[in-house]
Amino acid sequence: MLCKRIIPCLDIKDGRTVKGTNFVNLRDAGDPVELGALYAQQGADELVFLDITATVEKRKTLRELVNRIAHHINIPFTVGGGISSVDDVSALLQNGADKISVNTAAFKNPQLIQELSKEFGSQCVVLAIDTRQEEDGEWYVYLNGGRTKTEARCFDWAKQGVELGAGEILLTSMNHDGTKQGFALDITRELATKLPVPVIASGGGGTMQHFVDVFEQAHADAALAASIFHFKEIAIPELKGYLQGRNIEIRPV
Amino acid sequence: MDLVIIKYNAGNIQSVLYALERIGVNALVTDDYEKIQNADKVIFPGVGEASSAMRYLKEHKLDTVIKNLQQPVLGICLGMQLMCAYSEENDTTCLGIFDEHVKLFSPPTDRGIKVPQIGWNNIFNLKSPLFKGLPENSYCYFVHGYYAALGEHTIATADYVQPYSAALHRDNFYGAQFHPEKSAKVGEQLLKNFLSL
Repeated sequence: MLCKRIIPCLDIKDGRTVKGTNFVNLRDAGDPVELGALYAQQGADELVFLDITATVEKRKTLRELVNRIAHHINIPFTVGGGISSVDDVSALLQNGADKISVNTAAFKNPQLIQELSKEFGSQCVVLAIDTRQEEDGEWYVYLNGGRTKTEARCFDWAKQGVELGAGEILLTSMNHDGTKQGFALDITRELATKLPVPVIASGGGGTMQHFVDVFEQAHADAALAASIFHFKEIAIPELKGYLQGRNIEIRPV
Repeated sequence: MDLVIIKYNAGNIQSVLYALERIGVNALVTDDYEKIQNADKVIFPGVGEASSAMRYLKEHKLDTVIKNLQQPVLGICLGMQLMCAYSEENDTTCLGIFDEHVKLFSPPTDRGIKVPQIGWNNIFNLKSPLFKGLPENSYCYFVHGYYAALGEHTIATADYVQPYSAALHRDNFYGAQFHPEKSAKVGEQLLKNFLSL
């Protein structure tokens, strides 16, 4: 049986891991390569590295970091942050990234998804969507790390992204991110059950039961979290044991 | 030992090189026929699309080179699929080392099964020294939308939509649908086993 995946996310700024609450208040949680290798050893199924200050000048630094990660880590990893061209992706894949995630640039230029999936295959194109549920009950797409609201509905954009060739959706609920009150089950379920590609749920995981809920109730294919792992609030082996005890298919540590 | 990784227009080649480095083995990534032919062992990796990969191999006459290799060869993912007879992916005639056909996963629409398969799945009915030291139902990392059906050359089975070939073997040729280079300790053991064949 295909397993549900547990994915620690490492936000990177200036080559170091950081994680904020609701996208502000960054705290330092260490060296990305060391931390990533530790998670891999503990039984993480994949890793996601998001460069949150990706600027043109910093891209070379990111490539070097990706290369170092690829040398040291024996599980798959995704790299995202500021990716806006086929050349960006080509450089990251050549340095050993397994997948890349696109967000703002893909929204502004949806053709990018098609170009990337044609050039490198859908399996390495992850569409990351930051979404927030507004007063009207609708989930809207946000850009630029959650700073810019759009009028697009989350489901519509996800569906379009998949039609253009995205092979996976990384869905972050801004309402839930950093709250540790549980994942956004409704929107995750909508995407996970209506789209033909895997959905990674992100934002809000605070207890081991939250992971059970997102897999069982929302049918997420994978769950991503950051600070609870970085600050050792939940250990991956413990989490996997808990999920196994709830009869959720996971890769044993 | 002279270990060669075949270079062609497919992705993921560096990852194999790095995985080998992690177990203390250096390899040469090359498309030079002589170096491939003279290597002690050859790895044929790849993530990509079958028809463009086959076209590239033919244009560079690597198709004949690969088919005629006598030393142990390990195809990974697309590499393994290209070693089969035929792939439904853009109706592609492949190398024909294994008789098995490569088909698209077609799950019933009501079961919520995603294609491609992405993630860790267990492998069973392990029947080869390639799996020495690995227990039944070891977990490996898979990323693929097409699969090789079960056949006489199947040496490991995985189940997604239906049972299919997780690995194949014929004479000196081995193929793994999953990615040993990304399958943590299990993958490292498999690579070590291949190197000691």
